[in-house]
Amino acid sequence: MKFTLGWLREHLETKAPLGEVSDALTALGLEVEGVHDRAAELQDFVVARIKTAEPHPDADKLKVCVIDNGREEVQVVCGAPNARAGLTGVFAPAGTHIPGTGIDLKTAKIRGVESSGMMCSARELELGDDHSGIIELETEAAPGSSAADALGLSDPVIDIAITPNRGDCLGVHGIARDLAAAGIGALKPLMPATVKGGFKSPIGIALDFPEGDGAACPHFIGRYLRGVKNVESPAWLREKLLAVGLRPISALVDITNYFTIDRCRPLHVFDADTVAGNLTVRLSKAGETLAALDGNSYDLGDGACVIADEDGVLSLGGVMGGESTGCAEGTVNVLLEAAIFDPIRTAATGRRLGIESDARYRFERGIDPASTEPGIEAATQLILDICGGEASELIVAGEAPEPVQVFTFAVGDVAKRGGLEVTEARAKEILDALGFAAQPEAGGLRVTVPSWRHDIAGSADLVEEILRIEGYGKIPALPLARPTALPKPVATLTQRRTGFAKRALAARGLMETVTYSFIAGDHARLFGGGDDDLRLANPISSELTDLRPSILPALIAAAGRNADRGFPDLGLFEVGPVYAGTAPEDQALCAGGIRAGLAVPRHWAGAARDADAFDAKADALAILAECGAPVASIATVAEAPAWYHPGRSGVLRLGPKTTLAAFGEIHPGVLAAMDVAGPMVGFEVMLGSLPEGRAKAGKARPALELSPFQAVTRDFAFVVDAGVEAEALVRAVKGADKALITDAEVFDVYAGEGIEAGKVSLAVAVTLQPREATLTDAEIEAVGAKIIAAAEKAVGAQLRG
Amino acid sequence: MADLETPEKLKDELLSEVASAADLAALEEVRVRALGQNGAITQLMKALGSLPPEERKTQGQANNAVKLAVGEAIEARKAELEAADLTARLAQERIDVTLPPRPEATGCLHPISQTMDELMAIFGEMGFIVAEGPDIEDDFHNFTALNIPEEHPARQMHDTFYLPADEAGAAKLLRTHTSPVQIRTMMATPPPHRIVAPGRTYRCDSDITHTPMFHQIEGLVIDKSTHMGHLKGCLEDFCRAYFEVDDLPLRFRPSYFPFTEPSCEVDIGCSRADGELRIGAGDDWLEILGAGMVHPNVLANCGLDAEEWQGFAFGLGIERVAMLKYGIPDLRTFFESDLRWLRHYGFAALDQPSLVGGLAR
Repeated sequence: MKFTLGWLREHLETKAPLGEVSDALTALGLEVEGVHDRAAELQDFVVARIKTAEPHPDADKLKVCVIDNGREEVQVVCGAPNARAGLTGVFAPAGTHIPGTGIDLKTAKIRGVESSGMMCSARELELGDDHSGIIELETEAAPGSSAADALGLSDPVIDIAITPNRGDCLGVHGIARDLAAAGIGALKPLMPATVKGGFKSPIGIALDFPEGDGAACPHFIGRYLRGVKNVESPAWLREKLLAVGLRPISALVDITNYFTIDRCRPLHVFDADTVAGNLTVRLSKAGETLAALDGNSYDLGDGACVIADEDGVLSLGGVMGGESTGCAEGTVNVLLEAAIFDPIRTAATGRRLGIESDARYRFERGIDPASTEPGIEAATQLILDICGGEASELIVAGEAPEPVQVFTFAVGDVAKRGGLEVTEARAKEILDALGFAAQPEAGGLRVTVPSWRHDIAGSADLVEEILRIEGYGKIPALPLARPTALPKPVATLTQRRTGFAKRALAARGLMETVTYSFIAGDHARLFGGGDDDLRLANPISSELTDLRPSILPALIAAAGRNADRGFPDLGLFEVGPVYAGTAPEDQALCAGGIRAGLAVPRHWAGAARDADAFDAKADALAILAECGAPVASIATVAEAPAWYHPGRSGVLRLGPKTTLAAFGEIHPGVLAAMDVAGPMVGFEVMLGSLPEGRAKAGKARPALELSPFQAVTRDFAFVVDAGVEAEALVRAVKGADKALITDAEVFDVYAGEGIEAGKVSLAVAVTLQPREATLTDAEIEAVGAKIIAAAEKAVGAQLRG
Repeated sequence: MADLETPEKLKDELLSEVASAADLAALEEVRVRALGQNGAITQLMKALGSLPPEERKTQGQANNAVKLAVGEAIEARKAELEAADLTARLAQERIDVTLPPRPEATGCLHPISQTMDELMAIFGEMGFIVAEGPDIEDDFHNFTALNIPEEHPARQMHDTFYLPADEAGAAKLLRTHTSPVQIRTMMATPPPHRIVAPGRTYRCDSDITHTPMFHQIEGLVIDKSTHMGHLKGCLEDFCRAYFEVDDLPLRFRPSYFPFTEPSCEVDIGCSRADGELRIGAGDDWLEILGAGMVHPNVLANCGLDAEEWQGFAFGLGIERVAMLKYGIPDLRTFFESDLRWLRHYGFAALDQPSLVGGLAR
């Protein structure tokens, strides 16, 4: 909402300077977004008169002018065709920054003639596009006086943001009311105007709504004016509109725009000679169209509130007028409209048709229903003053809705909810200034909500009104008392695990990233997603359509982009949500990561190595260990989802059912479909699937049991069929003597010379920990035999010869 | 050694041999020659037995002196030679210590994670616990319960992402703010409440200052006495702790949110001298968050008696405060996964923020 300080002062008696007004507006909740003080911006420019203008000795199109700038006479070389003796224009002395060209003026010789300063065009001052010549001022102002004053630009423009609840401040008068309540001057009452109609309008108006839809337009007032001249608006009106960014069109149109800004009272004028018969305000029917004033044609569909004549729709109520009944230069007879349109229907119509207008903006926030008649009277008077003509009696259809809200406000609520003590007298003063007509009574103040305040429904709203006027700055800040002296842990188990997972992976050299929760549909399908249920109805781009079934696609795509930038070796991870459906329980927390390129870079002390499935397995196991999962009980099963390489991937399971993680090489087909170079490995750990862990009474660890007897390590080299899984062999070995064997690890895998084709050698280091006595050779022998037997029984392993 | 030499002469000879032994092997040879089974000194000792008793004592003493002197000389020479050997070996073992050590990958945390941890550290100290809600919400939790009825102008400000409508015509949506967690919390458990809810939020908007997904943290305090003064105190304490500026000025401006009344927006002081933004006392203000007293309609929608219960709520953009604190210029870069950006703006795994240990390095 833009207005000028001068315009504001037409409604507010105040001597407050611009800065004070601006600060007060922000403190009231009418946040100042910008102040455009053109007088300050144009302070170097002065009114000047051309005393003489002679042809340039060396250039046909240039003139050498002597300029009286009020202080001295200076010589200026000027190329404008209208430069002539006696012209009064705008002068910029040397050293001035010219906003329209961005140039800092310097004294210079132009074709050998010295030129000091310049006479400016409108474009050079950013006042318009005109660059055909220099500005010609029609002014009595003396040379040397302010050019901004002479141009009518001395009035600073203030731009404020209006929150959706404050439709009443979409007019200068409403803003003035708030400022007056805050002590920045006194609100000037609107001049009451009543124009006596001299005849009965030849056009009648009827409201015609189905039962229940009458709120679409409960009140419509019209007035016929005949014999008007749609002249150019007077300078004061044109300057006001220009200052707030509206293009002056003609007096009739400008007057309606003026009332829209001045008192938030949108109006409309029809060229009465283009109206066929009487007007009906009704709902549109499917198939009806309107060629609107913005030059577009709209299919109105059902249910828009329209003003129609006998031939069809003329105007969209509260949104935009029609082209056929628009006022032009030759308009002689007009019908002036002031009405109330329903906020919800206006918003719906505007949104459905995609029309933004000053009228829609105001009607959808709620217009003061009491403004209709005073508005049309004041506008009639202004039309008669500027355009002449003769006014009819008012044509009134319907009546102003009067939802007068009266309730009792307990002033103590300001302290109770707002934290600021105010006296009842002060509360009454504030509320009265805002138009609430507060009356003391038992229990507080009886308030009548003014017709322009649709946002006030109860005590909380009035607490805000009083705080707002007093200033939020006056509320004493109090510390939020903590329920206990020391803080309690705040994170849930899952949140703690999220933190553990992130910091564990970062410590392992992976970079955390955050990617969007939605990905391209074809990527989602590659990772088991792509359900219609999870496809956005209104995606922002074709790459961001489907809620992701997995974190991996976004990471793979990111790895591809980084490789394209010259960084092919990387590890990325993200801990975030994945979606299997739209219900809250379908959202799961996943820690996903990928590694691409070299896991170990080239180095003088060792060989480089590509990232492989075991890096991904280690990442997944590290998260599980960090999150307290029983890692020793986790089984690796070679059954990963389809987006992994079928021979180089697996899942980590707890028991037969709970899958905690998947890991492995990404399927080359998936990478090809995503157009990303491989190979690449990845992992996904479902943090929500981790067991909760048993609730413990305390944090004490079990007692440390140290055996006094030395542990013994024995190596066994087994030969097994190539398909045998190492984990099965190790499980068999460990099971051979659960009391004695504390660990068994595969430390070598070998196939080739010395090993039969189709077989593989797995070397296992077994740790034996005696607890009763040092192991004798015979005992070690006996355990060794049990291990060999168990390995043979479980997986057909033979001790390597 | 046919002739038994005099001890003095023998001593001189042997000491001279010890001194001239060039290495440990040569020294060992000298030792054997002197003190071995058939060594000269051993022989001398053996010969004592053939001497008359009166000579035996003096000769014996002389022999012992020789043995001792030669023995000590050998030990000393041995230590000398060993030290020289070690020096020579160490000289050979020299490596180029300017070579780089074996590479270890260093990872890091995203600024959003780090900032969330910082916020938790601060709000945790104030007694807030963490609550969560789903990203895919319904109309009730995201709008209606928050006093944003259908056709409310505020809905237009939200640019909501919708999912397909179900058979009943109800479309789920991606939450446009973390405020639905207020509703879920108040409906699930009885008051009082003191929660923060960080999480992903979504709006159908993308330009230089908007991304279709971003993160917010929601705060909610509900009890019987918390008012706007506490809201101010809480947010002042928070902003000063988070930005680590003790005298950071705050400005509370009236504003509008459908779910709070009274409502405010909070600005922090800053200066922009020479195009550089500095958080702290200055001549300008930066909007940082929105807040207000929970609207009585919201309390009622959650089944709470608005006469009995009251409190405040606030919401703030996590990327925004991270950008301000860490000088990150462009919101969109948060989600681009550019390795160079992640490394530059990321945080070390061990940088776990806490108020006692320090928030940010």
